[in-house]
Amino acid sequence: MTTNNTVNSSPAVGESVDATAGASAPAVEVLRITKAFPGVVANKDISLSLYKGEVHCLLGENGAGKSTLMNILSGMYQPDEGTIKVGGRTVVIDTPKAAIDLGIGMVYQHSTMIPVFTVLENLMLGATERVRLDRKAAETALADLSGKLAVEIEPGAVTGKLALGQQQQVEIIKALWSGSSVLILDEPTSMLTPQGIADLQEVLVQLKQHGLAIVFITHKLYEAIEIGDRVSVLKQGCVVGRLEPEDLHSKSADELQATIVGMMFGEEARSLSEVAEIKQMSRLQREKRDLSSTLVLEVNNVSVKAGRGEVDVHEVSLQVRRGEIMGIAGVDGNGQRELAEALAGQRKLSRGDIVLTGHQVGRASVAERQKLGLRFVTDDRLGEGMVATLPVSLNLFLKRIGERPFWKGGRIQEEMICDSAESLVRAFDIRTPTVETHCGALSGGNIQKMVLARELSFEPKVVVYNKPTYGLDVKTTRTIRDRIRELSDKKGVSAVLISTDLEELLDLCDRIGVMFRGRLTGVVENHGAGVEAQVGKLMLGGKGDSM
Amino acid sequence: MSDLIDRELTPAVTGSAVEVVEATARAVPRNKWKTSSAQVIRAILAIIVAFIVGAVVILLLGRNPLTFYADIFRAGVLHAGWEDSVTRMSVLLLMGMGYVVAFRGGIWNIGGDGQFLLSAAIIAGAGPPLLSALPMGFALVILSLIGVVVGGSWTVLPAYLRASYGLNEIITTVMMSFIGIYVANILIKGPFRSEQTTVPQTNVMPFEKLLPKIPGTTIPIGIFVALAVVVGLHYVMTRTSIGLRLTVMGANARAALHAGLKVKRLILGAFFASGAFIGLGAAMEILGVWGYMRADWNPKYGLTLFAMVFLARLNALAVIPLTGMFAVLTIGGHAASRNADLPNDFMLLLVGLILLLMTLAELITIGKAGRRLLGQRVVQALRFGREP
Amino acid sequence: MTVAFWTSLISGMILAGMPLLFTSLGETISEQSGILNIGLEGMMLVGAYAGFVAALYSRSPWVGVVAGIAGGMVMSAIMVLFCVRLGLDQIVVGIAILLVGEGLTSLLHGAQFGSSYPRLGGMMDIKIPLLSKIPVIGPSVFSQPVIFWLGIALALIVRWILKSTNWGLNIRAAGEKPAALDAAGVNVTWTRTAAVLTTGAFAGIGGAYMAIVGSGIFVPFMTNGLGFIAIVVTMLARGRAMWALAGSLLFGICLQIGTSLQVAGIDIPTDVIFMLPFLVVMVVLVISARQAYLPAALCVPYKRGKKG
Repeated sequence: MTTNNTVNSSPAVGESVDATAGASAPAVEVLRITKAFPGVVANKDISLSLYKGEVHCLLGENGAGKSTLMNILSGMYQPDEGTIKVGGRTVVIDTPKAAIDLGIGMVYQHSTMIPVFTVLENLMLGATERVRLDRKAAETALADLSGKLAVEIEPGAVTGKLALGQQQQVEIIKALWSGSSVLILDEPTSMLTPQGIADLQEVLVQLKQHGLAIVFITHKLYEAIEIGDRVSVLKQGCVVGRLEPEDLHSKSADELQATIVGMMFGEEARSLSEVAEIKQMSRLQREKRDLSSTLVLEVNNVSVKAGRGEVDVHEVSLQVRRGEIMGIAGVDGNGQRELAEALAGQRKLSRGDIVLTGHQVGRASVAERQKLGLRFVTDDRLGEGMVATLPVSLNLFLKRIGERPFWKGGRIQEEMICDSAESLVRAFDIRTPTVETHCGALSGGNIQKMVLARELSFEPKVVVYNKPTYGLDVKTTRTIRDRIRELSDKKGVSAVLISTDLEELLDLCDRIGVMFRGRLTGVVENHGAGVEAQVGKLMLGGKGDSM
Repeated sequence: MSDLIDRELTPAVTGSAVEVVEATARAVPRNKWKTSSAQVIRAILAIIVAFIVGAVVILLLGRNPLTFYADIFRAGVLHAGWEDSVTRMSVLLLMGMGYVVAFRGGIWNIGGDGQFLLSAAIIAGAGPPLLSALPMGFALVILSLIGVVVGGSWTVLPAYLRASYGLNEIITTVMMSFIGIYVANILIKGPFRSEQTTVPQTNVMPFEKLLPKIPGTTIPIGIFVALAVVVGLHYVMTRTSIGLRLTVMGANARAALHAGLKVKRLILGAFFASGAFIGLGAAMEILGVWGYMRADWNPKYGLTLFAMVFLARLNALAVIPLTGMFAVLTIGGHAASRNADLPNDFMLLLVGLILLLMTLAELITIGKAGRRLLGQRVVQALRFGREP
Repeated sequence: MTVAFWTSLISGMILAGMPLLFTSLGETISEQSGILNIGLEGMMLVGAYAGFVAALYSRSPWVGVVAGIAGGMVMSAIMVLFCVRLGLDQIVVGIAILLVGEGLTSLLHGAQFGSSYPRLGGMMDIKIPLLSKIPVIGPSVFSQPVIFWLGIALALIVRWILKSTNWGLNIRAAGEKPAALDAAGVNVTWTRTAAVLTTGAFAGIGGAYMAIVGSGIFVPFMTNGLGFIAIVVTMLARGRAMWALAGSLLFGICLQIGTSLQVAGIDIPTDVIFMLPFLVVMVVLVISARQAYLPAALCVPYKRGKKG
């Protein structure tokens, strides 16, 4: 069973489109929109049109302004300049309610469902002005819409307990609840398995047939080419290029890729391999690396009992060799975070043990594991990764409070801290006015660099990375991936790389394990062909070929 | 009232992390000096406006605000008044430090009054026998230690519930406070009751065996103890590793866990220290000022000190001038209220107003992002509680 | 344990539990919407004083109740302005409201009445025919003032609101994930504003009840921790109005047991009696430590566009 066959098998890219689609006047027109935030212009003079029965892909890297533009359409933001026309009339969308009344429904990147509510309650939220809730009517409407989308949803199910793919379906239904004519999807595939992505594409086909105008925001070029009937390419707040339906239907995938790369990087188009997210890694085949056989990390039958809203880890075992980059794939919420925290020492093991370079660390504290060379780059960089009100220098040594030479007899040695901080800032290219600046003032990419600087200094031996490049721009992502690779090649630093980005794992890892419902369901060697398919199968809970 | 929701400062729940912090960058003030002087100005502004509003209230009640405030000044500062104010400062400073150490750790110890009164009762009860059995210096030290231990111990239950179950300590400390107040009364009306008076109180300790005064004044040396504690705590908070650990826990409890700090221990320690300082304050008050304790006595320093500590932005040194002002207000206010034939609780109103105005003042200068960082302390205190 | 004891206990339980009921019902609505009102006592006190003065001068208890509602709402409007609209720290503002409420009412009472403590005559007593003749329950339950029945009705109404109305769903959403409510097109600020003002109104009734029906007199600081107990009842009730009712009556017993024991001839020092409710709270909290559940967005001000 292949999961991603739509790309490989169809000769001309894109579905055959309904004859009336795109032929008439646009459903929504965005005219010369400009939007600025303190310090950055998110949208500059952007114009584009949305047509019924079409999927319009908004393509651009993280930070290019795609989400901002769509948030303007959905009423979350107000443009500084420009107008919006819906059905030919100029409108002002000043609140989310105004957008809903105009028939614009948005599925946000981060869920706007309330996890403890049932599906029905989430759908009824804000849907009516009347005093009493009418559950019967809502149930009928749900059955109707889910029929249209050809999906099955239980009205009484608790939303937070549904699978991510189903939750997204509920979100789509919610966006269509008040009779929308425009549906905006912001990075909908970021949390889905390959099968989930295929399901989503089916749903989109259904919706197109019903005449909806769909906007699909993505930073993955191959997705835009595959799914879009029309593509607008954004870069640093401007539209740098467009692909019309005719282009998408006539040209081959490679030609389109080249065109888009040209649009994004103009005359200085560097070679394809330098730009991330362009080529699907599944098409390349990785060579097997030569690694020493010394084990640096042994995780033996580790189980972790987690709290409410978290996922228990069951009997996970893995071995990491010196210099090896071990990937952990899996849809978000299958116990990866809990496993990472257990490895780092933030969670107690209920069973099993961990051996780090020969030392038993199952009961060791975070500080003790740090000293032995185990590091943890958390995915929650803004939350637990830093203390916003403390200076960058103290954040850099947050895990060494009280240790020499930064503290002597409990007393702080400010010069030592300052000097060391400065050299770390230089080494890791952290953009900050001074080392005394509040860490909260830094941009996301620089905060991540700070976290890396903290974890990768002082001779790391094994680093656990949890989604290290999530939400970052291309350049920083490149840098981080290069560093992971470099540390492994040159210094023999091993890595446990947890990521929801399959491309990243295929690019960097020697082996890829998959977490499903708290268990490690399989480990795949990352060389040769068909790796992605195997991983995809494991992500859905299938059995692996080799364990 | 127009909708004051701020939508524009940070991008939507949907935006990338990049955008979120980028926008905050411009809003958080960078210049350290600018922030400090801005804070001082804000504090002074809040106080002034509160006084004005207070004056209006007094006017509305048919009394003369100018005479009222003048009386406060006269009784609190002039002649020997300042000595009384400085004396009052010792207990206020120590209780203030109890709050500083707790709040900096993100711990809402609102139960100061109970810890204070219970410690005071036990000291007042144990005082007379100890002072007659042991040499004075020795006895005084032991009594002070009793205050420390009692005050600290009274926080153990809320501390344990918070550390182990994440139970909201706002409620538990308030409950314990009420219990402590009543237990103190029971002790004074019961086992510690003096036979020599009709009004229930403890035996009076001989005047010459109380805390010695600074020569030439009526100020007990407790003030030096208090000042030493303030300076010491400030040093620990700002320059030692343990102070930093506490600050981290208070600023971001999840980061504290991530950084491997022993959070449970820190919570228990901070709670105990908080109660201990408050108990020490009770010792200074009983051993320095009164020499005995009456039943049903409750000066209610706790809640009002809360405001002072916040005005001082949890900076131990800044608490000194603010407590000075507050001491003058309570000493002078007592006399002023008597003269104006008003209940003594005007102070509560004034301090409440100062608190309100102070939070309002935050809005003006620091900007919304900065306020959000401030508000995070509360979020940590309550939210983190659900995942110990 | 005579009939007199039980009658006095049940009657006292209701009498003492009523202010708790009103206040915790109100606080339930606030907490479900994500606002924690530490200053509840301040609202109750202002309601009590306003109610007392209005009832005294108008000789009508119902005018007093209305005045109590107004007083409570005015104090809660401070929460609305500072915390809901401006997003300031809820704990600090709550304590400020507590201080202002205590100081203001004590000041006003002292200024207006000096050391004379005027009393209201017995008000609002009614006896339901027939039912009030049943031994024990008759004089205790069915001879309660009308406002008792109002309280029961309010409990049912609040239950209905939270379960079956649009506003109730919005309130719960505001407390769990305000961003979701906003994305659904509902104004989070107005939802929370209405919730907090309702709480103020209810707290005002609670306070007015204490002054008018409970004791017939206003004494500074008369709430004596009741506001905090109401917060505890609310937290334990976890958004369920009927549990708030049960909890209020339970604590009513604690508050009253001293008097009832005296009726039965058992003498207990007043301090122990006063201490009892707080002790019970601590015991209950210790036992149910794992279960106290707070809505996820409690105490977090909502800003459209803020992450998390």
